[in-house]
Amino acid sequence: MTPLLSVQGVTKRYGAHIGCADVSFDLYPGEVMGIVGESGSGKSTLLNCMAGHLRPDAGQVVFDTRTDGPRDTITMSEPERRMLGRTDWAFVHQHARDGLRMGVSAGGNVGERLMAVGERHYGDIRDKATDWLGRVEIDASRVDDRPTTFSGGMQQRLQIARNLVTGPRLVFMDEPTGGLDVSVQARLLDLLRGLVRDMGLSAIIVTHDLAVVRLLADRLMVMKDGRVVEAGLTDQVLDDPQHAYSQLLVSSVLQV
Amino acid sequence: MNAYNFAYLDEQTKRMIRRAILKGLAIPGYQVPFASREMPMPYGWGTGGVQVSAAVLTPEDTFKVIDQGADDTTNAVSIRSFFQRTAGVATTTATRDATVIQTRHRIPEEALGEGQILVYQVPIPEPLRFLEPRESETRKMHSLEEYGLMHVKLYEDISRHGHIATSYAYPVKVEGRYVMDPSPIPKFDNPKLGDMAAIQLFGAGREQRIYALPPYTQVVSLDFEDHPFEATKADHPCGMCGAQDSYLDELIIDDAGGRMFVCSDTDYCEARQAAGHKGKDAA
Repeated sequence: MTPLLSVQGVTKRYGAHIGCADVSFDLYPGEVMGIVGESGSGKSTLLNCMAGHLRPDAGQVVFDTRTDGPRDTITMSEPERRMLGRTDWAFVHQHARDGLRMGVSAGGNVGERLMAVGERHYGDIRDKATDWLGRVEIDASRVDDRPTTFSGGMQQRLQIARNLVTGPRLVFMDEPTGGLDVSVQARLLDLLRGLVRDMGLSAIIVTHDLAVVRLLADRLMVMKDGRVVEAGLTDQVLDDPQHAYSQLLVSSVLQV
Repeated sequence: MNAYNFAYLDEQTKRMIRRAILKGLAIPGYQVPFASREMPMPYGWGTGGVQVSAAVLTPEDTFKVIDQGADDTTNAVSIRSFFQRTAGVATTTATRDATVIQTRHRIPEEALGEGQILVYQVPIPEPLRFLEPRESETRKMHSLEEYGLMHVKLYEDISRHGHIATSYAYPVKVEGRYVMDPSPIPKFDNPKLGDMAAIQLFGAGREQRIYALPPYTQVVSLDFEDHPFEATKADHPCGMCGAQDSYLDELIIDDAGGRMFVCSDTDYCEARQAAGHKGKDAA
């Protein structure tokens, strides 16, 4: 089986500082990979390198494209990479405001990716937008409201709808539940889990919240100081951490 | 006026502007940066159009200036007299006699022919400006032909008003490539942009951009399959000349809500009245 995404030796430096160093892993179709670690451990740098937002200093990010098979996304041309960014890839930002157009209605936000890939029928676009609002549990009557009138949890769900409307195969998520209260988090996680299973999505989730990866991720990587210190099946890493830092991380979770 | 070079600008400046114009004609719809000069008038009064006119004028030309269709408003009068004094060219108000026409917000009703140049004054050349504030990003979107966002604007129009409510500066796609802002002309004029026999030049002074449409260029107004583009005008005949097919201004004529509709193109209206056409409000 060809991996959907194969990351090899990705390194990003900020001057003398290391963003992330020599990260390698394979992600197979339908698999969800969690990346955990403390603030500044290089999780987001790694995610941005994989999603094409940052150019790594060394390494390869090979994506199994629909048309040409495995291609290195770092050396491919910018139009091709941006095309992937609005068709086969999706990126869910921690702050919904970064991923939404706040001055455009919910329907327009969801429809943007459709129009970007050439849909030119207003009625169809609107039907799909309404359908997707339903799937992320936003009432259809809100389709013409701007995201500024939405609550934080709704904005995050709208961002997810906007990203998934073109049927991507790989979703990058940067702290998707950050800044939401726990009951809203739980519903969002439920929703994400459902969508990932139903659509057969692969996903890479960066988070510092171990509960999120426990629920969503099949596999887990623990990062510290820009390096991967431990990787394995989620349950295995969380229940029997081997590296000293993973042990610290697991034991630091507050018990209620 | 010997104190000025012909048409105010020095020859090196005109050369620089002509190079931008030629590049613009070679890549229809592409915004060419140019080193816009200070002109003896404020930004927003047509400094871009004036520089383009200065660069294309020759002593043999006949010059006409239109402001919102009219030859006798402040902007038109002052720019016309500016070139009368600095270039000494002949001026006219008759569309068919002019070889260079500088215009603000309108295309003349009378079809233009080969050998004529239409110069537009452009306030904001970037059609994506109010959708994407970063200039670096809009340039990238143009170069990569990522125009989905333009349709988001039209989508918002329909979802809010039930139809495409953008009525001026209506975005067009040129030769299937660049999306272009046609300057704030009413969308009634959009169909005239395409396949026009005259050369069309667009100058934005403050924004330092020139773009162009060579003769007989394909220009398509953006729309949706189920909400096609429509060139709209007030549903009345002209009160002065009775024309059914021209773009109309609505004038309030008393304090009791009385109003009349007249052609915005004064030359067209006067020519029709001289030919004996009469509207219901004509004295």
